[in-house]
Amino acid sequence: MHPVVTLVARRVALGLILLWAASVLIFVGTTILPGDVAQAILGQSATPVSLANLREELGLNEPALTRYLDWMGGVLRGDLGTALTNGEDIATAMGRRLGNTLLLAGVAAAIAVPLALLLGIVAVRFRNRWPDRAISTVTLAAISVPEFLLGYLVIYVLAVQWRVFPSLAAVYDGMGWAETLNAIALPVIVLVLAVLGHMMRMTRAAILNVMQAPYIETAELKGLRPIAVIARHAFPNAVAPVVNVVTINLAFLVVGVVVVEVVFVYPGMGQYLVDHVSKRDVPVVQASGLVFAAVYIGLNLVADVVSILANPRLRHPR
Amino acid sequence: MRRMPPSALVGLVLTGTYFAAALLAPWIAPYGMAEIVGDSWEPWSATSWLGTDSIGRDLLSRMIWGGQTTILVAAAATALSFTLGSILGFTAAVQGGWVDQALSRGVDLMMAIPSLITALVVLSVMPVTIPVLIVVMGVLDATRVFRLSRAVAADIAAMDYVEAARLRGERQGWIVFREILPNALSPLVAELGLRFIFAVLFISTLSFLGLGVQPPLADWGGIVKENREGIVYGIPAALVPAVAIATLAISVNLVADWVLNRTASLKGGRGA
Repeated sequence: MHPVVTLVARRVALGLILLWAASVLIFVGTTILPGDVAQAILGQSATPVSLANLREELGLNEPALTRYLDWMGGVLRGDLGTALTNGEDIATAMGRRLGNTLLLAGVAAAIAVPLALLLGIVAVRFRNRWPDRAISTVTLAAISVPEFLLGYLVIYVLAVQWRVFPSLAAVYDGMGWAETLNAIALPVIVLVLAVLGHMMRMTRAAILNVMQAPYIETAELKGLRPIAVIARHAFPNAVAPVVNVVTINLAFLVVGVVVVEVVFVYPGMGQYLVDHVSKRDVPVVQASGLVFAAVYIGLNLVADVVSILANPRLRHPR
Repeated sequence: MRRMPPSALVGLVLTGTYFAAALLAPWIAPYGMAEIVGDSWEPWSATSWLGTDSIGRDLLSRMIWGGQTTILVAAAATALSFTLGSILGFTAAVQGGWVDQALSRGVDLMMAIPSLITALVVLSVMPVTIPVLIVVMGVLDATRVFRLSRAVAADIAAMDYVEAARLRGERQGWIVFREILPNALSPLVAELGLRFIFAVLFISTLSFLGLGVQPPLADWGGIVKENREGIVYGIPAALVPAVAIATLAISVNLVADWVLNRTASLKGGRGA
């Protein structure tokens, strides 16, 4: 078999194993740790009788392995269980929210990725001169501030002082595209700022690495303009590491979404998870934790597969 | 010792100020942590320098008390993650074999899920108290320390003097603490600063989400949460912790950079 196929198949298998292990970890984290679900729901003042009743109702008296297999079997059939707090079907409640979150993350990625690549290339072209320094300083400052503070800073300046965008990202059915984009403008800006720094710095490092190759010197010596050297010779060879950088940062984006959604009261997965953690609604937490883990593991998998495919040495074995 | 670059000096002074303020909070805070001194969101004045918060508590005092909680929780979590991560990392590197495999694969698994998500899942069943927060943050962060210290120690474990100690018949503890630890210390110290900042950001994020330090105890993330409504009316009280967190993060980074550069020039590289 072609070695690339073997490598990709092995990586996909590893991803599936990781996903299964993650489900075990999430299950163990919510059941075997000293904290008790029934106690957590009812609080410290619960009577022993009501605790026993709730344990019975939740099936907590079954052995842990049985409960895990029940849960996993349901998940594989697309049944994520029902929420403790309102008895709602989790998969239904999650569907719309997942769509909203992917919209937010998708728009942010569509802006952040080209911008980061462009800034990375500009920084390499003018390395150690003022455009490089300016880009590095601004992006470093943006990484030093946590996302939620970046969010309020943006609200304070853009929504309150200048009144350009609404401060809350309210989206509902039947909104037009322009309206939706206007509503999610601020969270998108925050997410872009949060991932831009890492993405741009790693792109810069990846291209600089390639710039030391002998064929770059040849291209320079035959008289190509510096920007053409980067665009035609350095960038195509830096694609594999750059794609890797981009996907890893998209995975960061998935986590950043959790906090940003809470800041802007955006009806997405992050808000859903955080709400139900404070309500101690364990089935919802397990299900959304699993979804986040799956997206994260999936993006890392894509990153590795793309860098295998983009590597010419692996594509054309001798 | 060579002269300190000015950036490292600024970083050291600022970091020192924040730590001193945290330790001396009971003596330097103008008011008590939960003492109500005026109306809500009073502007900056001579009696309360940063104004008051959403329910009329002095914001400067809240910031100082909050800094105490944030910095101490972050420092405790960092200490735990370093102790746990470096001991396990060194053990994995020295022992090799199945111990190394088991520890490394376990860490791979923990890092396959973003730490914020793991923390939220665990905190949904655990009582949210300060010791629990420290343990959760410390254990999650120990995975990163483990990776670094294992890589550094694996390099050192191949050195002749470690081999000599082995042949001399020294015990495992001697090899880890007397042969490897002193030589692995410099990259770990530089990493310490970065992990501490990560812990500050982590605990602030958790508190902002309402799942970290619980009121009435003050902490920087919680202050943002308490004053977030004010933003819409143009009251910047919620942005004050932003300044504190960002300056602390930058100054610790400056110090860590300096430590790293110093040790790199001593040893001719970062080791890992």
